[in-house]
Formats: sequence, structure tokens, C-alpha cells
Amino acid sequence: MTREKLVLIGNGMAGVRTLEELLKLAPDRYEITVFGAEPYGNYNRILLSPVLASEKTIDEIMLNDEQWYSDNGITLHKGRDVVEIDRVRRRVVAADGTTETYDRLILATGSDPFIIPVPGHDLDGVLSFRDIHDVDAMLAASREYRRAVVIGGGLLGLEAANGLLKQGMEVCVVHLLDTLMERQLDPVAAGLLQRELESRGFRFLMSRQTEAILGEERVTGVRFTDGSEIEADLVVMAVGIRPNITLAKAAGLHCERGVVVSDTLQTFDPRIYAVGECVQHRGQTYGLVAPLFEQAKVCANHLAEMGIARYAGSVTSTKLKVTGIDLFSAGDFNGDDSTEQMVFQDAARGVYKKLVIREGHVVGVVLYGDTIDGAWYFQLMRDATEIGDIREHLLFGQAHVGDSGHGDDKARVAAMPDSTEICGCNGVCKGEIVKAIAEKKLFTLEDVRAHTKASASCGSCTGLVEDLIATTLGGDYSQTPSRRPMCPCTEHTHDEVRTAIVEQGIRTMPELFEALAWKTPDGCHSCRPALNYYLLCAWPGEYQDDNQSRYINERAHGNIQKDGTYSVVPRIWGGITTPNELRAIADVADRYAVPTVKITGGQRIDLLGVKKEDLPRMWGDLSAAGFVSGHAYGKALRTVKTCVGSEWCRFGTQDSTGLGIQLEQMTWGSWTPHKFKMAVSGCPRNCAEATIKDLGVVCVDSGYELHIGGNGGVKVRATDFLCKVDTEAEVFEYTGAFMQLYREEARYLERTAPWVERVGLTHIKACLVEDAGQRKALHARFLESQRHAQHDPWKARAEGVDAHEFTPMHRIAG
Amino acid sequence: MNWIEVGRLDDIPRLGSRVIATELGDIAVFRNAADEVFALRDRCPHRGGPLSQGIVHGRRVTCPLHNWVIELADGEAVAPDVGCAGTFEIREEAGLLYLALPAVSAPALPAAMED
Repeated sequence: MTREKLVLIGNGMAGVRTLEELLKLAPDRYEITVFGAEPYGNYNRILLSPVLASEKTIDEIMLNDEQWYSDNGITLHKGRDVVEIDRVRRRVVAADGTTETYDRLILATGSDPFIIPVPGHDLDGVLSFRDIHDVDAMLAASREYRRAVVIGGGLLGLEAANGLLKQGMEVCVVHLLDTLMERQLDPVAAGLLQRELESRGFRFLMSRQTEAILGEERVTGVRFTDGSEIEADLVVMAVGIRPNITLAKAAGLHCERGVVVSDTLQTFDPRIYAVGECVQHRGQTYGLVAPLFEQAKVCANHLAEMGIARYAGSVTSTKLKVTGIDLFSAGDFNGDDSTEQMVFQDAARGVYKKLVIREGHVVGVVLYGDTIDGAWYFQLMRDATEIGDIREHLLFGQAHVGDSGHGDDKARVAAMPDSTEICGCNGVCKGEIVKAIAEKKLFTLEDVRAHTKASASCGSCTGLVEDLIATTLGGDYSQTPSRRPMCPCTEHTHDEVRTAIVEQGIRTMPELFEALAWKTPDGCHSCRPALNYYLLCAWPGEYQDDNQSRYINERAHGNIQKDGTYSVVPRIWGGITTPNELRAIADVADRYAVPTVKITGGQRIDLLGVKKEDLPRMWGDLSAAGFVSGHAYGKALRTVKTCVGSEWCRFGTQDSTGLGIQLEQMTWGSWTPHKFKMAVSGCPRNCAEATIKDLGVVCVDSGYELHIGGNGGVKVRATDFLCKVDTEAEVFEYTGAFMQLYREEARYLERTAPWVERVGLTHIKACLVEDAGQRKALHARFLESQRHAQHDPWKARAEGVDAHEFTPMHRIAG
Repeated sequence: MNWIEVGRLDDIPRLGSRVIATELGDIAVFRNAADEVFALRDRCPHRGGPLSQGIVHGRRVTCPLHNWVIELADGEAVAPDVGCAGTFEIREEAGLLYLALPAVSAPALPAAMED
């Protein structure tokens, strides 16, 4: 098969990222040719500011050297400017006559710095701040001259000024408006920033419009429209960028401010794609790197003819790459008539926070001086989380809202010494991770996992690693794309896969690999258990469970321990047992020489240190004594913890023990995205600790309080109050409905606590409390699923199912 | 070379494994989706986890204890991890599996786990 020809015009971050993504998806599909106007390989433009400030060298910011192009069979025409796209003959022509034909074409022509067309703008010593050439010229000027004027008090201008100041120049920033960075900051934050910069030696001339650049051959000064003048040996214009659409326009492609593209990044001519700063999508142009990467992913997906991904625009956030200045902004930070604001200001500490809220959602953020919660607010924005329930604590940050993740750890992470262990599973320290991010140019969590192993095992350090990526990359890179693929086997997110399973009626794993173009023949240890669960949840009773896609604990129905032995936990309904049951357990412990018998935190008995070969017979004995599996090993319903309630306790208001037993009988055997624990307390003294469980019931005189989303795990999180009900029947209905909603909506390995925080309590209340019809439907689906789930796996194994799992295939003596 | 018949291909589930118990320690025999068969020392080079209990994918297995990924063909850990489980020669003839002992590339099997 002859390969189609793909030509990329523009050797910058957006275009090359598209190729990288494409090579991951369809490495052999195209014969690829790249035209780049600059005489270099591909470098990280967002790190030019640190180069100017001598914090990095140019070599340190190269992304792909020429070897990369040849390794991937890509023809690179560097230093060759494409001057014509002939859409009829489907070929591009460069200034030197080099011609290439194409089947598909990617335009990634980026943008040009805007040069104010005032007299003198072409004098020597007038520069823009855009590429390596500009940085070299500024560095050269700083060695020879003293006075620099930077025109433009935006992000780029301030970064340029900071770099020149670091090179020992006197720097004056001229700005048209009376506040700095007006596109990212409100006036209050801008004022704080200006004061801080002034204390570092910046000078500012605000509200000045440039009329002319003065000088004969080389610049000597700048004159403003008010008649005032300032001396200058170097003028840097950093007043903005313009999408570079010259070529696209000449080729007859539809352009407005940028090259207009669809949600698949196709231009007016479907053979021609465009990505990056030259693009206008749904009316927006972007000058930050995160959107470019999102576009690259979608474009590559379409070029690979997978055709699933759509680009829906990006929400961007900004930080200033001036060392030591904490500033974060995102979204609509000014607000309008339809928004409200929450503001916190502490002048003494130089801290300012503003949140813009519209209809119960965060739509804009400005943080100055304390940006620890920036990523969290940004996440609330992107996920469109309802903030009604956390509103009163919102301004004080995630640490005050109860938190099951690591949201409050950013400052702690930044302050940690390099030797601090981040990933306990793999023993990876902060220093190693930071070094890998910097040296290997890692941008995503997956990259960091692949290169360092950090967060690749239990995942409890994921938040910390993300914070490290954010703090290490800094700049305007938006830390973690909200659209994160399940694993490296696919481009699809958990949510997309779940939707596809239901909407396309996918019923088996091979069908799913085929339909969603999985990149590996049979997935990996990360996606297969998730897919197995999703299929099981979507088609209860129908889907054939795939044992080889289950983690060993669920495959063997016991907990693997560090020495390769197993532990066995029989179900003890609601924590109530009898002398006969205890005797039976004791007998089994004796018979199989169980070295450790332990009472668990969930009111049960754990028999530890059992040899795998002994498991089936041991389960047979336990079955005969009336026990079923406690599922202590599974992403499943674990325990229902109880207190003694009204039967014995002088404070108990209801029969919490009986209710707990019934709840456990209704819910046992259910597979869930992660482990699921319940508790019932007989009175508000809450002896069963119901308010740190996935679902907790607190009995009161007048009925039952239902609490959800608690977690006693890595990070303690107290429950949110869901509602109060009057009868036990309602407790059952709400419990079944809540579990089913969690089963159907949460991502695999997402516990209820982070799930509730991600989707918002308001959403859950809307489904369960406000919509009785939906609640009943969810409960009915839960019960239907339970019809197929409530079979004791131990009994089946004791009777011989999967016997191969428990015995060696062969023994070799001697 | 000492070739020993150890069972049938069909004794091992696809994408699964079985154990051959020897006095020197367990050997894990894997079968992948393409019916290729591999034999490794049943001991992750990391902390001795039983590789036979891991999830098999492609030509790799993931250790059930800490998710190290091991190449089935040569027993090497996938980067960034470093280490080797050690392999044994195994071949299939007419549905029967034959294992070669002693180890081809494995270090001597310890009598007991170290942890």
C-alpha cells in the first residue's frame, strides 16, 4: 500500500505536536514532510522567557532535534518558507522552489508579533519578542547598551522586561492603558503586581501611546502622543500577536482573524487542517500552549481516521513566568451584570483572591500572592461543578472544603526538599520527578508515569505529581488536560468509553477494542479491569465476566499479601455474629494453620497467611458453616458497620444493627468502581462512624439522616448531608439509587468522595432527592443488577469453578 | 538440556498463567492472546511478587504487588524499572508443553523469598 502524503507547514510546537500525536496513533499511515521557516529543529517557545532571563539555555528548551525527524522518517525542509499552496494540484511551493505534493496538509503557521506601524519602527534596536532570533538580539543588546524600553504591559512585555532587567539593563515598561495585564488581571490585582514589580526595579509609564520611535540608524528614544519622550537604546515591542494567515488567505481558505477551522480542525478545504496560533475556532484564537496541544490531539485523531475526537475550545489559565511572583488567572475574571463576585484581600500579606460566579458555577478566577488553589478553582471551572454546597468556604481554598485528594498540597510540594518521597509504591523522590520533567520535556501525567514510575501504581500520589508538573513547568502551561485518556492504550477518556458502551451497544471487550480503535491488541493492566467493570455495569446478567481482566484479588476472591499468601474475610452481617459462627471460624483457622487472626476495621475477622492452594477447600468449609465471601478484596460492597442501636444502647433511637444487616443483605455482591463502605449509627453520637463512609445512615428520633461521599482513606473526608427520610424503606431506596448512580457515573477507581466533589453535590441531589422518578429507576436498576450479582464466589470456587487458578499445573521434584 | 513435559497448552487460560512447582521455587508459565507461551521465574525482580498472579497483556505481565511491568520474552522489567525475572526455555509440540531445566538466563533460584 502506498502511503498518503502529509505535509506540515510550520515547524513549531503545535504542528510538531500534531505529528507526535499522529505517530502514536498511526505511525505508518503517511509519508510526512515538514517545512519550517526557522533554521532550527523544534523548540519550546513558552520557555523563551527563562532563556532571556538566563535561567535556561537554548539547548535546554529544544523539544525535537533533527535526529527525531530522521528517526521517524520525516523529511524536514528547515529554513524554507512556503510561499504558495496550490489547492488544485495539491502541492506547496517554497521560496527556493522546493515543491511537495500532498494528500493532506496541516497549516501551523503560528502568529507574528504585532509591530506598531509608527515612524521609526524599522530602526536598528527595535525588536519583537517572539523567537530565538529575538532573544539572541536582546541578549546581544544587553551586553552593549543600558536603556531598554518595552512597549506593552501584558504577559509577554513583562516577561521581556524581567529578562532584560536580569541582564542588567534599566528597563521601562510603557503601557497604553492604566493597568497592567488587563487581559488577565482585574485592576486590583494589576495594582498589586505593579507595586511588586516596581520594588524589583521595573519602571512604568502608564497610559502612554507611542507616536514615534526616535533615531537615525539606531533607536535613541520613544516619543508619545502627549509629547513626552524617553531615551532608549533598545525597544522591544510586545503588544500582541496576530495569527499568520497570509498563506492561507492567498490559497483562498476562509479566514477571519485567523484561519477558520471546524471542530475537527479542518479548514474550508477539508484536505487542509490548521492548528495552533494561526487558527480561529468558534470565534476564538489562542496564544497559549495548552489549547494548541488539545488541538493537536484532535487533529491527529482525525488524520488517523479515528474520527472520534472533537475540539470544543479550551478554557485557559495564565501565570506569569517572572520568578517569585504568584499570579494566576483564568476565565471571565471581570464578570458582568449576570455574575457575582467573591473577593478576599489582605493588603499586608499582598494577597488578593477573586472568584466570579455565574448561576452557581465558577466562571473566572484571579489570584495574586497566594495561588495554591489556582488549579482547584480551574478544575471547578472546567468541570462546571455546582458550588452551592461549598460556597461559604470556597474563597478559603480546597483545604477548607474537606478534601479527598491532594489539593492543598501544592505549597507543601513546592517547599519539599528534593529527597522527599512522593511515590511510596515505587520509591520515587521529588528530585527525580522534577529532573525528569525538566530534562525529558515531560508535559503530562502519563509521560511522568512512563519515565519515572511515580503515581503508576496505587495512584494515591497522583495529585502530588500533578502539582509537581505544574510547579516545574510553570509558565502558562495549563497543568493537566481535563480530557485525560484512560491509559496509553487509547485516546478516549473513561467517560467517552462508558458512553460508547451504552450508546453503541458494545457487549464484549474485543468489540470495544475494535470499535474504539484500541492501540494495543488486548489492553493493559490498567484499562482491562476498568473495561470489564464498565461492561458488567452496563449489561448485568448478560456480560460474561472476564476473569483474566480482573486484578488477582478479585480473580482469586481473596487478598494477596506481600509474601504471596492470601487473606480471607467471611461476611459478618452488620457486625453481628454467634458463638457457633465464631467456633466455625476458629476451627477453619486451626485446620488451615492460619498464622494470624485479626479483627478488621470493619467489624469482621480476617484470616491472614493462607496458601493459595488451600483457598478452595477453606472456602468450602466456611460455606458449609453458612458464611459467604466478605468481598474484602474487591472493588465492591465491603461492610456495613453498625452500633448496637436501640436494642441495647440507652441513647439509641432506632434499630441500627437490624437496619445495617438488611442494608448489607440488599447490597452485598455488588461490584462498584471502587470499594464501597457503609455504616449505620443509632444516634447522633455516631459510634459507627457513619460520617466517613461512602454512605452513612445516622438514626435520629424522627427518622434517618443520609450522608454520602465520606472517606477514611488516604485523606479523611467527612460526608455531605444528602437528605433526611422517615422510613427504613426509604433508606433502602435511596441507598440502592445512590449506589447505582455511583456505579453508572463514576470512573473506575474513583471513590465516592472525589466523585461527589467532581460532579458536585447539587448534581447528586438533583438525581436522587429532587427527582423521585429517577431515584426509583436507579434503585430498580440496582436491584436488577443484584439479581445477577448475589452469588457467593467462594461457594462456586469450592465447587470447582476456575480450579486451574488454585493449583500448580505441574510439580517437578528434585 | 533437560526437557520436561509439564502439561498441555489448554491447561493455561488465554491471557493467564499457571505455576510449575519445583523444589527450587515456582516457575510461571504464561499464555498470551496469540497463544505464545513463556516461562519466567515466578518472582518479580522488585519485591518478589508472584508474576503468575499478574494481568497479562500483549507480550507483558504486570506484577500484582506494585505494578512493575515485565517483558515475557526476556524477563526484563520495562523502563524506567530495571531488573530481570529470568526466563526458561519452553516450547509447545502438538498441544503439549515442554520446559527446559536448568535455567537458561536466570540466576539461581533462592529457596525462600527474601522479604
